[in-house]
Amino acid sequence: MKVILGIDLHQMFALHFMVNAYRAGTIVAITAGAVGWFMVLRRQSFAGHTLAVVSFPGAAAAIWLGLSATIGYFAGSILAAVVIACVPRSQSGRAHSEESAVIGTVQAFALASGVLFVSLYGGFLDSLTGLLFGTFLGISDGQVVALGAVALVVLVLLAVLGRPLFFVTVDADVAAARGVPVRSLSVVFLLLLGCTAAEVSQITGALLVFALLVMPAAAAQQITVRPGPSFVLTIVLAVVITWISLAVAFSSVYPVGFYVSTFGFGVFVLATGARALVTRLQSRPSGWRRLSARTAAGA
Amino acid sequence: MRFEDAAVTLGGRTIWSRVNLEVGRGEFVAVLGPNGVGKSTLIKAMLGILPLAEGRVTVLGRPAGGSGKDIGYLPQRRNFDPNLRVRGIDIVRLGSDGDRWGLPFPGGASLFAGAKAQQARIDEVIELVGAGSFAHRPIGQVSGGEQQRLLIAQALVRRPQMLLLDEPLDSLDLPNQASVAALISEISSEYGITVIIVAHDVNPILSYLDGVVYVARGGAVSGPPERVITSETLSTLYETPIEVLRTSDGRMVVVGQPEAPAHHADRHTGHPR
Repeated sequence: MKVILGIDLHQMFALHFMVNAYRAGTIVAITAGAVGWFMVLRRQSFAGHTLAVVSFPGAAAAIWLGLSATIGYFAGSILAAVVIACVPRSQSGRAHSEESAVIGTVQAFALASGVLFVSLYGGFLDSLTGLLFGTFLGISDGQVVALGAVALVVLVLLAVLGRPLFFVTVDADVAAARGVPVRSLSVVFLLLLGCTAAEVSQITGALLVFALLVMPAAAAQQITVRPGPSFVLTIVLAVVITWISLAVAFSSVYPVGFYVSTFGFGVFVLATGARALVTRLQSRPSGWRRLSARTAAGA
Repeated sequence: MRFEDAAVTLGGRTIWSRVNLEVGRGEFVAVLGPNGVGKSTLIKAMLGILPLAEGRVTVLGRPAGGSGKDIGYLPQRRNFDPNLRVRGIDIVRLGSDGDRWGLPFPGGASLFAGAKAQQARIDEVIELVGAGSFAHRPIGQVSGGEQQRLLIAQALVRRPQMLLLDEPLDSLDLPNQASVAALISEISSEYGITVIIVAHDVNPILSYLDGVVYVARGGAVSGPPERVITSETLSTLYETPIEVLRTSDGRMVVVGQPEAPAHHADRHTGHPR
């Protein structure tokens, strides 16, 4: 019998709902890490957040209609991904801000509709907190299978699209000249992001998806600039954060979303602080070297 | 590379028409002209990204767009986000395999011959453009000249027969303009690569050029620089009096009257070298 951090692991895993929470959490963390890594690089965090927020009215509507919340989560996010993908994008640089305005509008409307659906259902406050801030209680076997199947599809697609997607993200003009289908790749990625946001929402709640989608990727990209290692590190961080959070949430009365976000935030702050310190230490001597080289060249 | 009676229309506006050009293998040619006359459009027509309204473009013996692998392309000034956490060497690598589906196999460079050769080629082009010392830093944190060198390496990595460079010298300081221009010319002559370079200012590249294409007012003229950059040719092209002046060290200044395409005059004429 092992006791870590005062948590009795044997006792925890004797409970079937905790086993399912860990299964679902691991599946979600891996998917969120992989897709989040690309999302952070593509500067699409706002879109990711919106897709998650839209899963809330989806789930609320599904519960109100007597359907499974899981179906609602996916329906909401995927529908929103299609809407955002359909926004006509011009070739100019202004496209970005236009997209932001559309996304913001969708997001506000989604939150409002979600609140409406929850009230229609009967104003059940517990489910509102769960939908917005996450819950790990009562994840059924069926839900784990659904999460796993969607995750598998997302990860396989991401593995096939990975390198051209990275190319388009970093260097869209050259990628287009090389014949990479830039527009279709962005649409497919938005759909993958929609599926992932819906998955993450089911653990962290619709409002706290950033915790798994952004924080591990942002932290890993601070720690290393090598694409392979930072990708793997993102997934490792997401999984470890989820495991620890579930264990802590099990032995406390506060929602799991809070712990996932807090640990994610902690890792990000540590990574950013460490990098700032390293660059500060490195930049001093090399800054001098560069300055003296320039002076020598000018003379 | 050959344009025959080519025309491009964008959004109902004819950018240029009746353009006839020919560039031979291994030549170093500059595309000149004021802003907004369709210099980049010319490059995009060669790449086959933009369809022609009329005429034909033949590149490396095939219709435009059919020889993508043999062309290295450097689009107009890309601003890498200073916070982009991607290294220069990764940008160069994408030039080599970025359009291939799938993911790179981790540690492949030490296992497979193909991956090993690819890694060797990447190291080779980085060395060639003199980017060895900064290729491992995030691309957003290196200087403009260093970014251009890495992008030239990216364009070169697949051993293209032709380089299309869209304003590679723009927004570089004078010493960097000179050194990047020298690098491009060296690559062109050493490997027999045809180079077509869009430029705002002809002077940093003038001494290396085999020919120029001057684009203006819906058309273009081409030929050796000393024949095209003359008061007569440019005055006819712009339908307005234009004077080409030569400084004592051979640099050219184009002065338009009364309304400018005075873009050569407004730049570096006052700088000592």
